[in-house]
Amino acid sequence: MASIKLKLPQAAQNAQEPITHSDGPIVTGTSVLGIKYKDGIMVAADCLASYGSLARFRDVNRLQAFGERTIIGASGDIGDFQYVQDELEKLMIKDFCLADGHELATPHVYSYLHRLLYSRRSEMKPLWNSYVVGGVHSSSSQRFLGYVDLLGTTYQSSTIATGFGAHLAQPLLRKAVEGREDTLTEEEAVKILDDCMRVLFYRDARSLNRIRRAKVTKDGMEVTDPYSLETEWAFAEHIVGYGA
Amino acid sequence: MAPTLKTGEVDLGTTIMATVFDGGVIIGADSRTTTGAYIANRVTDKLTQIHDRIYCCRSGSAADTQAVADIVHYYSQMYSVQHKKAPTTKVVASMFRELCYSNRSMLMAGIIVAGWDKRDGPSVYSIPLGGSVHKQPFSIGGSGSTYIYGYCDAHFRENMNREDALDFVKNAISLAMARDGSSGGTIRMAVITADGVERLFVPGDQLPGNSNKKKNIV
Amino acid sequence: MTSIGTGYDYAVSTYSPDGRVFQIEYASKAVDNSGTAIGIRAKDGVVFAVEKLAQSKLQVPGTNQRIQGVERHLGMATSGLLSDAKQLVTRARSDALNYRNSYSASIPVKTMAEQLGMFMHAYTIYSGARPYGCSVVLGGMDDEGPQLYMIDPSGSYWGYRGCASGKGKQVARTELEKLKFDELSARQAIKEATRIIYSAHDEAKDKEFELELVWISAETNGRFERVSKEMVAEAEAYTQALLNAEMDDDE
Repeated sequence: MASIKLKLPQAAQNAQEPITHSDGPIVTGTSVLGIKYKDGIMVAADCLASYGSLARFRDVNRLQAFGERTIIGASGDIGDFQYVQDELEKLMIKDFCLADGHELATPHVYSYLHRLLYSRRSEMKPLWNSYVVGGVHSSSSQRFLGYVDLLGTTYQSSTIATGFGAHLAQPLLRKAVEGREDTLTEEEAVKILDDCMRVLFYRDARSLNRIRRAKVTKDGMEVTDPYSLETEWAFAEHIVGYGA
Repeated sequence: MAPTLKTGEVDLGTTIMATVFDGGVIIGADSRTTTGAYIANRVTDKLTQIHDRIYCCRSGSAADTQAVADIVHYYSQMYSVQHKKAPTTKVVASMFRELCYSNRSMLMAGIIVAGWDKRDGPSVYSIPLGGSVHKQPFSIGGSGSTYIYGYCDAHFRENMNREDALDFVKNAISLAMARDGSSGGTIRMAVITADGVERLFVPGDQLPGNSNKKKNIV
Repeated sequence: MTSIGTGYDYAVSTYSPDGRVFQIEYASKAVDNSGTAIGIRAKDGVVFAVEKLAQSKLQVPGTNQRIQGVERHLGMATSGLLSDAKQLVTRARSDALNYRNSYSASIPVKTMAEQLGMFMHAYTIYSGARPYGCSVVLGGMDDEGPQLYMIDPSGSYWGYRGCASGKGKQVARTELEKLKFDELSARQAIKEATRIIYSAHDEAKDKEFELELVWISAETNGRFERVSKEMVAEAEAYTQALLNAEMDDDE
């Protein structure tokens, strides 16, 4: 019987290495949190850009204002985030030059980001980020809070958390915010976010206790300077041994 | 996935750094180039001039960083002819960024851009593997840098004078060279100010705090 | 006009025996037929003003703008064929974005003038092309401070303290030359620009016109901004007061 020759595809022939189709993230930012509250939208993120487990850049801004009433928080690859920032800057200049009296409001920016990220995942060159997009409409005062990621996944909700925050902070945010979006005061919103950022600092090994917070209201936007949260360690002094 | 060296590719292993001081910037590097464990060049110059008062420190693949530096050198020279003025350090950093970001899957290049210009004075930019840019008061890079984060964070001060800044760079690189097998040889430094560039050299047998002469070696 | 070219004016690739390229000169005629456009480089900014002649009484105010933004810090006023000008604006905007892509910085005004000049010049050397029928007043704020340039249909450009093109350019230039640019703020320049546009306006030939005013100054944070209605009204009142005073003198 004549021997049967089996021709393997190129990929199977060189099977030493797995076939990869895209780059992964290298310099990365961790979670971003966002919530709706009485006056508008509030988001928070820390100032760290990690390089693997190395806390490499500790003064990075991951909250980007777009115009007067839209804030974008980014987690994931910082190189890709800077590229997206440049694209948004160009979009903003084009809109400025048009001077047609229409404003690029939060839902438009959200939609633009979604199309950008989805088209890049379809080219097998994903922009390795998750974004929180928040804002308040200048005339209707309607609040907007949405999520977009590298696959082009989107959803809108009154609480959003990316990365580690989706596991650790999202349940806390939902419990604190859902059903109370129209009554939560600014002080309460700040406390909710600070409490969640503290949990993330305690439990996320890629986090930093140096954070920025931004709020968008019908009157405009404010981004805080970086600040640190109070943390509690004293109880540990009495913990001795591993409990066996 | 970060790009990796091909078998036999020449690695700049490396400790590089740059710091701002009150009159300009100081850049520094070790001089070791390796192919695996073999030292292909023990007197390498990793400080590459891009423009009159703008340098880059190269780490990663020797081939990639030379190619990128050559291209940016060319564009920077073209820029100064076309614009009739020198490019700012920021502009040069953005040229590096453009090349490193858009070819990130193919390049192994970690670059620090440092220089002095009329608009911004002294400035330092770090462009690590993913192709992002980070403006920093001081920056360290290369495999050896991981050993000296603690030293640098503890000893960096803003508005250092020239001598203190030189000691800072010299000591940091020397410490990294002592612990990183991929860094070694000599220390090359350059002081970049409004007045120009001065290159400095520390021979391999005159490194500060030479640990071989200490009694207790751990 | 027909006797001038004597066959040497059909294509820009042909010189006349005395070394002229007639199509460029005809393009300049197109510019001279249009409403006046001026630019002023003041101490802390630049001001553009345009006499936009109404094509029809039914025309909606604010349409067919002749001063347009190129970047946030950069704009241009045009005179001549409006649709040619629109194409130049589009080109200028894409040049500005290209510059941003290469250098992560906004384009210097001089670089923009050079690039747009080169682009316009390309339409003066190929037989199939028609030169742009417009002059461009290009201005903005960059690292060097306020900058003002004017490009003509040949593609050549110069830097100016004050410049004018279009129908009333002679009158406007005479008025511009009287200004003390070293003492002039952009805010004052708005008033002077308004006055100059009104004095360059020929009421006998052209009746209706709309005044277009834009400034880019320290007061606008270096941004291209249309002058507010209140400031326009103030400038027009200033102009009217001067005109009234002149009339009194005449009596």
